[in-house]
Amino acid sequence: MRDRAAIVVGLLVFLFLVTFPVWWNLAAGPASAPPKLALPQGEKECVAPAATMRASHMEVLMTWRDQYVRQSDRTFVGPGGRTFARSLTKTCLKCHSNKEEFCDACHNYAAVKPYCWDCHVAPPKEARG
Amino acid sequence: MSTDRRTFLGVMGLGTLALAGEAAFRAAAKGEEGGPGAPSSRRWAMVIQPYKCLKEEGCKACTEACHKSHNVPAFPDRKHEVKWIWKEPYEKAFAAEHERVAESLREKPVLVFCNHCNNPPCVRVCPTKATWKRGDGVVMMDWHRCIGCRYCVAACPYGSRSFNWLDPRPRIAEITPDYPTRTKGVVEKCTLCEERLAEGKLPACVEACPEKALVFGDLNDPASEVRGLLEENFTIRRKPELGTDPEVYYVVGGKPDVHV
Repeated sequence: MRDRAAIVVGLLVFLFLVTFPVWWNLAAGPASAPPKLALPQGEKECVAPAATMRASHMEVLMTWRDQYVRQSDRTFVGPGGRTFARSLTKTCLKCHSNKEEFCDACHNYAAVKPYCWDCHVAPPKEARG
Repeated sequence: MSTDRRTFLGVMGLGTLALAGEAAFRAAAKGEEGGPGAPSSRRWAMVIQPYKCLKEEGCKACTEACHKSHNVPAFPDRKHEVKWIWKEPYEKAFAAEHERVAESLREKPVLVFCNHCNNPPCVRVCPTKATWKRGDGVVMMDWHRCIGCRYCVAACPYGSRSFNWLDPRPRIAEITPDYPTRTKGVVEKCTLCEERLAEGKLPACVEACPEKALVFGDLNDPASEVRGLLEENFTIRRKPELGTDPEVYYVVGGKPDVHV
């Protein structure tokens, strides 16, 4: 029983090492803040409620893409009977013209790399009002 | 329970008829409305009047308008060339059976682009349906779906399709933001300006031609200008012997000043 002190110290060191990530995170302060998105000015209504857009804008865009290109179905009737062109650049980016602080900010935070911009062209910065 | 042969055959026959009828009804009900290849009342076509086209030698107004509005890259190396509408030497554009066409045409370049064939070989070979024929005759492309296999490039007998061997963006002088660019590894070609047709506009090349040498219209409309030109002039098409049934017509014959 003469080893009791060594065992206790060893256990404590072990516990500290095992729980080290928790201590480290506590010491590092709050987790990185979610990005602040630049919202469009002067436009209150999107093609779908904000929660839907936040969760499934990618599905909306994919559906629009197929309907536009493959079915030649070019207009979308939104809530309240408002019509929109099914177009990433002509509809979405008309309001969300600040791609860097809207699309990119969130995509970078979530570490996703959509390939929309490999072909589609965001409006140039100087053209924004 | 006893069934005689006659009743049994009768019941089986009725059952078969019912099944076949149901299948036919389902097929009819499922018909893709407005989907890819859905029939349309229109059939777009183009009639080219080479005498008018040749009036100003070296004119590239149509090519420039098209390539600018569709973000077509300009690669100086012919191996990487991407083109939607361009001029080709006569003997390359047309086969030998047109050797009796007036010399004034045979020695000059011919304006060529996608023929939007009625029987497009490119569509038949595309493994992903990235290219298909629309009801109005446009041989359309969905660049989202192109995997770059280049079967269509090999299948097209007119060389109308170009492959992006390199990233096209740095080779576009001025990007038109309303139209997408393509990426490396994607095939592209003329889409008959379907994005302009949807807005009720004429194709960019037709609009840009200073001599109005390109005439665009609906073949199903007997009063259209294209129908009039086809009725009044002798026209030829590129490589008709291949059975692709192109819808781009070239007015040959007659005197240059006859064509209206």
